[in-house]
Amino acid sequence: MPKLNPHQIKEDFPILQQKINGNRLAYLDNSATTLKPIQVIEAISDYNKKSHGNPHRGAHKLSVLATEEYDLARKKVKEFINAKHSEEIIFTKNTTESLNLIAYSYGMNFINEGDEIVLAISEHHSNILPWQRVAKEKKANLKYMYLNANSRISEKEIKEKITTRTKIISIAQMSNVLGTIHPIEQIIEYGHKMGAIIIVDGAQSVPHMPVDVQDLDVDFFGFSAHKMLGPMGIGILYGKKELLENMPPYLTGGDMIEYVYEQEATFAPIPYKFEAGTQNVEGAVGLRAAIEYLENIGLNNIQKHEEILVEYALDKMLKLPYIDIQGPIDLYMRGGIISFTLEDIHPHDIASILDTYGIAIRAGHHCAQPLMNYLKIPATSRISFYLYNNTEDIDQFIEGIKKVRKWFGYGS
Amino acid sequence: MDLDSIYSEIIMEHNRSGHNKKALKEPDITERGHNPSCGDDITLQLKLNDNIIEDASFTGVGCAISQASTSIMIDLVKGKTIEDALDLVNTFLAMIKSDIDNEEELEKLEDAIAFQNISNMPARVKCAVLAWHTLKEALL
Ligand SMILES: [Zn+2]
Repeated sequence: MPKLNPHQIKEDFPILQQKINGNRLAYLDNSATTLKPIQVIEAISDYNKKSHGNPHRGAHKLSVLATEEYDLARKKVKEFINAKHSEEIIFTKNTTESLNLIAYSYGMNFINEGDEIVLAISEHHSNILPWQRVAKEKKANLKYMYLNANSRISEKEIKEKITTRTKIISIAQMSNVLGTIHPIEQIIEYGHKMGAIIIVDGAQSVPHMPVDVQDLDVDFFGFSAHKMLGPMGIGILYGKKELLENMPPYLTGGDMIEYVYEQEATFAPIPYKFEAGTQNVEGAVGLRAAIEYLENIGLNNIQKHEEILVEYALDKMLKLPYIDIQGPIDLYMRGGIISFTLEDIHPHDIASILDTYGIAIRAGHHCAQPLMNYLKIPATSRISFYLYNNTEDIDQFIEGIKKVRKWFGYGS
Repeated sequence: MDLDSIYSEIIMEHNRSGHNKKALKEPDITERGHNPSCGDDITLQLKLNDNIIEDASFTGVGCAISQASTSIMIDLVKGKTIEDALDLVNTFLAMIKSDIDNEEELEKLEDAIAFQNISNMPARVKCAVLAWHTLKEALL
């Protein structure tokens, strides 16, 4: 197996070549968005130079080329997550839209009074708010699976919260705050036994580890291109064919119809039924190039590389007594996300001061206020890795933390 | 960008000292201010004597910028009339937006001038103005 060389990979990312305030850029905010390699930038540019047209409409050459590009991207995604059929891949704007589509099209139509919707307390707001609306409208019960002391969902918790009344379970494969990889295989198996459908938010997992939707037997799966080296504004919803075919459209309009009469209409088959209006073709082109880039390096290699970085970073951070890690401190079932707090220094101040030293991290509640309330902390700082990060980035970050402490009048 | 101009001595000192950070006994006005996006959350308390701010204090959590800005503001408006306090708030907010060219007009802000350069750190502007908006809400 080829070893991943982050120094060589960094060369592919023009944005990493710049200095921030005269400092080398240590980009450690990959959970928020990832950077683009030259291969993705050029694929989008080439499409715009040579093949741009409105797909599925005109009979002319450019429309045909754009249609081909769009279909190729769908096929690439299908292979990437090993879906059974291409039409099970629906393009959306982002993971948030993918989750909303399921909530409105599936949730609003198949959830009844007294049914249960089960989430994890660590969910991103985008996987909470749509379900709050469904639960309110349908008089269903919204329940949460809580985490144990090591930020994990126990088997006991799964079996206690998921019951025969549970109709929907929606959970992120990897927590965007804690880095915990949740036991979705177990949750899917037990959920199916109880008669629920299972939705997995893969925004933080798909970019960093191999995912096989057939192997998981997951019912719906959503993720975003911009968290995996692709462009913003294009997301993916995978759904099992038989479920998607029985769901009504989410948005209506052009391209998603079969016949339209004055008072009614019939709809196109999936996936087009869920893709109303002109779609983001250059986004799809960029996504395809991003997947090709990731596949070239290998998702297994990326996962292994991030494991090494997490081990290295945790080891350094745990040696500093003033750092408190929020999330698992072992390497079992965790990804390249580390949240932490510093004694007596607020996360905003940490992020602002690190920024002046060229270190990009995230601070705040990370769109997970219920989790913050559960952990009884107002905010955390977060570093998150990707394939272009190396131990030098982590060393720069650790030195940065010592400088933050100095600004606040503490010794290192 | 120069960190000294943001995390200046006066700001760090107010962040540390906490001399205005307490609850008042029988306040006349209690007003909460909150930056939902970043989590700064303060509660301002005022004791009025006619239209004079006789005493003021705050409680809550937040970053050094929001905490220092609140403390400096309290030092500034204590003993002032409501009209003068509101005028100071408006001058401060105008300074942050760089709407004031005349440096002399800023002198009345005293230590609060320390936040003049916060617009160099756009993500932190709302931390600096939180207390001032909260005071305005409380007095209007
Ligand atoms: Zn703040």
